[in-house]
Amino acid sequence: MSEKRKYEVDPVTGSAIHPYTWDGIGELETPPPRWWVLTYAVCFLFAVGWWIAFPAWPYISGYTTGLLGYSTRAEVAEELAAAKAAQAPYNNKLAALSYAEIAADPELSTFAMAGGKALFGENCAQCHGSGANGNVGYPNLLDDDWLWGGDYETLQTTIEHGVRSTNDEETRQAMMPAFGKDGILTREQVDDTVAYVLSLSGTVPADPAAAERGAQVFADNCAACHGDAGAGLREMGGPRLDDAIWLYNGDAKSISNQIWNPRHGVMPDWAGRLDPLAIKKLVFYVHSLGGGE
Amino acid sequence: MSMTMTQRTQTTIDEADIPVWSHRPKVYPKKVKGPIRNLKWLVMAVLLAIYWGVPWFRFDRGPFAPDQAILIDLPGRKAYFLWFEIWPQEVYIVTGLLIAAAIGLFFITAMLGRVWCGYACPQTVWTDLFMMVERWIEGDRAQRMKLDRQPFSVRKLGKRAAKHASWVFIGMMTGGAWILYFNDAPTVVPDLFTGDAGTAVYATVAFLTFTTYLMAGVARENVCTFMCPYARFQSAMFDKDTMVVTYHPARGEKRGKHKAGESWDGRGHCIDCRQCVEVCPTGIDIREGLQMSCISCGLCVDACNSIMDRVGLPHGLIAYDTERNIELKAAGEKPRWNFLRLRTLGYGLVFGLAMLGVLYALVARQPLDASVLADRNPIFVRLSNGDLRNGYTLKLLNKSTQPQHVQVTADLAGGEVIVLGHEEEVQPTIELAPDAVAAIRVFVRLPANDWTGTPRDFDFTIHDTARGLTVAVPTRFEGPAR
Repeated sequence: MSEKRKYEVDPVTGSAIHPYTWDGIGELETPPPRWWVLTYAVCFLFAVGWWIAFPAWPYISGYTTGLLGYSTRAEVAEELAAAKAAQAPYNNKLAALSYAEIAADPELSTFAMAGGKALFGENCAQCHGSGANGNVGYPNLLDDDWLWGGDYETLQTTIEHGVRSTNDEETRQAMMPAFGKDGILTREQVDDTVAYVLSLSGTVPADPAAAERGAQVFADNCAACHGDAGAGLREMGGPRLDDAIWLYNGDAKSISNQIWNPRHGVMPDWAGRLDPLAIKKLVFYVHSLGGGE
Repeated sequence: MSMTMTQRTQTTIDEADIPVWSHRPKVYPKKVKGPIRNLKWLVMAVLLAIYWGVPWFRFDRGPFAPDQAILIDLPGRKAYFLWFEIWPQEVYIVTGLLIAAAIGLFFITAMLGRVWCGYACPQTVWTDLFMMVERWIEGDRAQRMKLDRQPFSVRKLGKRAAKHASWVFIGMMTGGAWILYFNDAPTVVPDLFTGDAGTAVYATVAFLTFTTYLMAGVARENVCTFMCPYARFQSAMFDKDTMVVTYHPARGEKRGKHKAGESWDGRGHCIDCRQCVEVCPTGIDIREGLQMSCISCGLCVDACNSIMDRVGLPHGLIAYDTERNIELKAAGEKPRWNFLRLRTLGYGLVFGLAMLGVLYALVARQPLDASVLADRNPIFVRLSNGDLRNGYTLKLLNKSTQPQHVQVTADLAGGEVIVLGHEEEVQPTIELAPDAVAAIRVFVRLPANDWTGTPRDFDFTIHDTARGLTVAVPTRFEGPAR
């Protein structure tokens, strides 16, 4: 205290009144309780201790790390390791059991489906959609129509080796010839085939004669892969044509385009990218989406 | 109680003399004997017995649930209370209980003043316990004041060490008992000593040991005066007919010393012996009238009555009484107790309603519950024959301590229910583990011809035929616009 000022004392409370008053209204200098002052001091000391023990002060390209060497990153790594360790018994069991055995164990199938869902979101959703409902050119995995088959083993083969993958000799191969572009069929023949294909899934053709002519063209050129009457041929990867599901749309123009100059989707072979357990979870998940056979 | 920092006669003070912190006088409550003190001992014994004893009561719930009568199972997210069990989503029952407790407290307060504070509040019970131990070790008021003034000595150190060690021990017992409500008592007690109990258990015991020591040993009446919010708004429940501890100034004044044999004419009955002040656990002078720091414990009533016995005057100079009665007595009229008032009836009514609500919620609680989440990505799937299919996740809650067997149906005309994992079965039976939530995937398939182009609302119904329980959850079937 450089100067010794005299403070007025408030007669009611006994507290000093601060000399600065506003329109005659002053402020009491009531001292805080002792525990409060001490707690305040302890908090300051605690803060200093914290700065020393824990990461606190930033500098230009870094920060003080603290004596305890605490880091949130290390904590996350620890927690991840703990989570992995907690999953280990489930993963071991999953690797040892067959798909049918997994399906019979509710706890294990919940675990496999949760893992499969995460893997699907990371690896498959880009083409098949996050809900696995596909898009034009990318198969819908929810329905009961499969190009290559929807049982566990077939799904596993498809995921492991992909479709038309250039890195995998065992990849699934199916190539539809460019019937129009390469001059195998004439424009009229293609149009007739379109009329016939449309009739397979219940559309009444505008020109029944064209559909009839198309039936012969189909039998000669298409049935080898697509099966008789378009029932599909999974061994050949020939899609079913007599149902309500179309990979490249089911209107006349789209079908015509597909016959004239077909498009072909490519699915990577995942065996080298994902470990067998991850593929197992994916198979189990995809199988559970509603179309599993 | 006085918060004065200077003598009131002083008119100025030097800046340098303003203290950094306020100096509160230490309270040395004196021992007192009497019926109210005995009642307080009894209440304390009963409440402590409940606190330490209740976790040890067993209650058989069968092989799948704990057998502790009262247990809050935090890892399992369940709370058990005798026949009742609640899950986290039923926490509104606890909310109802808390509302009932608050209103019940208001009711009691409007009727009898702060008897909760004076008799049943844990702060009061534990402070009383700590003071009892303090009195055993350091003696009564005069001896404690003397001990405080004495210079440091081995004897003083010994007494201090014994006192604080006892307090810490009681604190540990308090914290130790708290965790019994959250763990199986016979299991966790041995675990505590073998080091097998969890970190949370040890941390809780340590924290509660510290807070018990701090609150009941060090802070004491300051908790009631400065920390407790209830002390601050109690006046909202008070009126002229609320029972309070009160001094009768009309009878007591004018106070003054009295020698045996002197006449009582022309003076009051208060002999200014200050016994009421010395026994007060919050250090107030009740003769100054009703004040915020008074916890209504009535120890001053016992103290004053014993003095009145000694001087040969009737009891009741300090008594549990109402403001109205004091006025009536001062005016020479007959006192009357007025318990039935709009305020007490109102609080009583709300309290009753809240308790009824809680009771209803507990009794009407269904041990089977369900919720449904319809797939939104995609909202429907077209199957190869043109049929439509919607996917749903059903959460089935078995809130009982026994396994349940349920079937799922949908009241959607033409719709076929398919349960994932039971595709081959018609109306499969699903087993639900006791006290657990099961999530099942359900598909509903609707023939193309049954689809009209507008979404159809329907219910999933979950039946437990063996127990006669059904739960219906509403949802919707979606498809393409026509």
